[in-house]
Amino acid sequence: MTGPSRHTKMLAVLGVAALILLGRIFYIQLMDDSYKTDALNNSMVHIPVYPLRGIIYDRNGQILVGNKICYDLLCTPSALEPFDTLALSRALGVGPEVIKEKLAGYTTRSARRKIGYRSVVMFPKLPEETYMRFEEIAWRFPGFSGQARSLRQYPYNACGNLLGYISEVDAAYIKKHPEYKSGDYAGKTGLEFSCERLLRGEKGEKIYYRDSRGRIGASYRDGEADKPAVSGTDITTTIDAPLQHYGQQLMQNKVGSLVAIEPATGEILTAVSSPGIDVDCLADIGAHYQEIVSNPYKPMFNRAVQAAYPPGSVFKLVNALIGLEEGVFTPATKYACHAGYHFGRNNRLGCHNHRSPIDMEEGIMMSCNAYFCYVFKDLIDNPAYGTAEQAYTKWREYVESFGFGSKLGSDFPSELGGFVPAASYYDRYYGRNAWKAHTIISLSIGQGELGCTPLHLANLCATIANRGYYYTPHLIKETEQFPMDEKYRRRHYTLVDTTRFAQIIPGMYRAVNAGYGSGATAWVAAVEGLDICGKTGTAQNPHGDDHSVFICFAPRDKPKIAVAAYLENGGFGATWAAPVASLLVEKYLNGEISSGRKALEKRVLEGNLMDKVKTK
Amino acid sequence: MIGRSTAERSWLNTIDWYLVGAYLLLLLVGWLSIYASEYDPENVRSIFSWEMRSGKQLVWIGTALLLDVLILFAIPPRTVEALSPLLYGVMLLLLVAVIFLGANTRGSHSWFVLGPVSFQPAELSKITTSLFLAKWMSRYGFRLSRRQDFLLTLAIILLPMLIIVAENETGSALVYLSFLFVLYREGLSGWWLLLLLMIIVVFILTLVYSPYVALWVTMAAAAVCVCAERSNLRRLFTLYLPAGLLLAFYPWLYRSWMAEGPLAFLRPSWLLAGAALAMFIGCLVRAWREKNSFRVFVALALVLGLLITRAVPWVFQNVLQEHQRTRIEVLFGMKEDPSGAGYNVRQSMIAIGSGGFWGKGWLKGTQSSYGFVPEQSTDFIFCTIGEQWGFVGCLLTIALYVFLIGRILILSESSRETFTQIYGYSIAGIIFLHLVVNVGMTIGLMPVIGIPLPFLSYGGSSLWAFSMMIFIFVALIRNEKKYFR
Repeated sequence: MTGPSRHTKMLAVLGVAALILLGRIFYIQLMDDSYKTDALNNSMVHIPVYPLRGIIYDRNGQILVGNKICYDLLCTPSALEPFDTLALSRALGVGPEVIKEKLAGYTTRSARRKIGYRSVVMFPKLPEETYMRFEEIAWRFPGFSGQARSLRQYPYNACGNLLGYISEVDAAYIKKHPEYKSGDYAGKTGLEFSCERLLRGEKGEKIYYRDSRGRIGASYRDGEADKPAVSGTDITTTIDAPLQHYGQQLMQNKVGSLVAIEPATGEILTAVSSPGIDVDCLADIGAHYQEIVSNPYKPMFNRAVQAAYPPGSVFKLVNALIGLEEGVFTPATKYACHAGYHFGRNNRLGCHNHRSPIDMEEGIMMSCNAYFCYVFKDLIDNPAYGTAEQAYTKWREYVESFGFGSKLGSDFPSELGGFVPAASYYDRYYGRNAWKAHTIISLSIGQGELGCTPLHLANLCATIANRGYYYTPHLIKETEQFPMDEKYRRRHYTLVDTTRFAQIIPGMYRAVNAGYGSGATAWVAAVEGLDICGKTGTAQNPHGDDHSVFICFAPRDKPKIAVAAYLENGGFGATWAAPVASLLVEKYLNGEISSGRKALEKRVLEGNLMDKVKTK
Repeated sequence: MIGRSTAERSWLNTIDWYLVGAYLLLLLVGWLSIYASEYDPENVRSIFSWEMRSGKQLVWIGTALLLDVLILFAIPPRTVEALSPLLYGVMLLLLVAVIFLGANTRGSHSWFVLGPVSFQPAELSKITTSLFLAKWMSRYGFRLSRRQDFLLTLAIILLPMLIIVAENETGSALVYLSFLFVLYREGLSGWWLLLLLMIIVVFILTLVYSPYVALWVTMAAAAVCVCAERSNLRRLFTLYLPAGLLLAFYPWLYRSWMAEGPLAFLRPSWLLAGAALAMFIGCLVRAWREKNSFRVFVALALVLGLLITRAVPWVFQNVLQEHQRTRIEVLFGMKEDPSGAGYNVRQSMIAIGSGGFWGKGWLKGTQSSYGFVPEQSTDFIFCTIGEQWGFVGCLLTIALYVFLIGRILILSESSRETFTQIYGYSIAGIIFLHLVVNVGMTIGLMPVIGIPLPFLSYGGSSLWAFSMMIFIFVALIRNEKKYFR
């Protein structure tokens, strides 16, 4: 074989391979700068800039939730130098041993590996004045720095339950929402939760150089690559802040709920759940969380949309409307009431003492139980429907068309549906065809197996005020940044013809305005010149005192407000619910309480029903 | 007196101090780099500290040196040679045993763990295989061209290699490819090496581009080989070049003009397959007519190429493991994985690239001190050299290796004993492959294969193995000089 020997060829291969390696090394070390920039990248710090969270306004531009600046004190363990612990503890207002303890935690071997060159939040949420004290002498403490972030601020003590709170995201939350990083805040309840995507805004970042010892230096490329934070979108609610505040005062020391709706739009003016969460607790939920959770009255529970109660006598209005529509009676039909409705053998559904016989208007005005038992019996025994079951199913359809028995579809983050039993429910309970009108007669007066939220009742009231339709109640007003869902613009008609509604209103008017001694149940709610129309309810409660219920709207023509008040263990509807609701209406329409009703206002404000409420 | 002085001179003269010097220098560089790769400016510990890997490595180095002296002066090389079949057999047993008895480290069963000491038989089996191969091939009357001898040689190499593959240590198994150098030196046809290279190229081309490109390159290579063998340039330019160009541009042509028309049935893959078939038949016909066995070889290589292009996707999906797939995909830029498999390589290239010409200086690296590069004292030790001593450091280190390997090759070549010769080629090949694969991996030329950089990487097992490897050779050369001078 000619040419170089195999030995020489092998040496050549060795040389060529070495040259290839060196060539590549030469290229990446001396020709290609990108690896040097990347080495810098490795030694750059990205510091997040937190956006301002969106502001929540009331319907008149009053701020319900704003922001205030606070500071996190960061510690970069790798950049620490010996410092005066006492001076730092004085500036921050914490004990020197706290600082020492925290630092010791950062400098263990495992923590050092984990933290590396990064910073950790040492003292979160320092108020501005504390931070400024530190800032003045910050040069004495290398390795410590501040980071601004915004905290929620509540200028108006209203709507604690509606607004909800924000808190730092935990590991479970981050797992579910990977766009969040540790240290971010997110809404956990209420509007803060349901409007999180709008409110949170977009996080930005600032980039700094870090030297080989991990100290943060100059801004990278003069801040060219920094990303500014984008503030969150503001939200305007339909809440009337002063009215909400007044409602909360009226409901203080009582358990229950007070809801007011503007009938012409479905906008919720006031939604009180009592006892509620004080806004001061919201700002620092961490410190109050245990206290709130362990409160036996469950302040986190938003009764306005989550508590399903029997509606009581206010439900007679629904039965009246259905009866008129089905033609089982007319407004002029008179029924006798002898201390109640007698049925079967020795059965009686009792009623209070009043004159007899009476027509529908007086039946509503005096809230006669017997009258609506007759109406309900005729509805279920209506020969137009073969069986009680079919008649009941038809009745249920009517009831559901008012929004009962399911979620109304409001923008409350946690609305519950309530309950209207299906015929099959009774079939299961009593057996098929083994029940009839008298078996379920308590439905006639809003007792029995019904469950509705105070929002349902306010919506019923708004439907009557509108003479036959309602808009889905909602909390958020349309703004430029927040287009409203079409469903809040649609009128929902019930299965009852709109002409029937006008027929029941005189009864509601007289219930309030017929005067003391006339037999009117809600004379206490009358306000001169406001033409309030209402209906009391006294929901029987096997666990204690009856619940006090009242719905009303005003004025009679072109109503501006529809209110439902539900006070647990408040007794008769006229005792507590009617005064509360009427005061709210008066405040909204007149702006103040007339001198003649000041005594009533005082009684309500000072009233305390908490002891009557059984807590488990 | 006279006799004593000659004995002393021979003691000094018979040792190849160039080789030993290069070896000691590499140990020093490794030791300094291991310290630097763990150095923490805020928590400085001495290079001798037992808590640092450099401290432990010092113990390994010390024991390795003791071992070296032992091999040089206490064990007669003849004994090693005589025992090599036994050592090879014992090692095979150990290799099999470790599969069942070894600890499971990251999915591979290749380590014996005995209390604080762990030991990897695969490291030592390189030596025993080299020794037994040398013994076998230096046998009187051995001829590589004889089929029986050739097959047995292959078996000696492949047996430990396959067992190591079964241990899930593909990286270590790959090192056995280095025995091809020995076979080449001892007369294996260069065409076989070319064929192996071709298989690798076709594999990569199929994976990265397409089977079409891979087959085209196979055919082009076959055409060049056929013409080169006969020095038939006319045929190359009149037939193969135009046909090759046509086939190269045909897919583009087809896509832009013919895909929609009546000629749509003339698919590029069909045309290429037709051309390959024509070439295959042409080769066979000529081979038969001219009684030319080389043409048969080319024809079979063509078939092999075709089979590989078909088999690659299957091999890739079913034979390789997930992490190996990712490493290959990352190497060829088929997949961006900056935080997974690509992370090590990227960080390593950043560290080396940031070194510049002179480097940042010993213990002054930023990438290493903050732990950006993982495995930095073991498989990625070359990063520390690149970052801290720059291009100059890399150049000197690689030069040191080239000197060491070249010295072994030259000493082997001049040796009069076939055993020494073959053993020398074997270990030169092994060190060479380690160097190319390991350094290639840190600079993104090779996929990530976990094999250490000889003498530099932290770890006793590999240091002992490489020291023994070198000093058996030094002892062999010394022995020869003692007797032949």
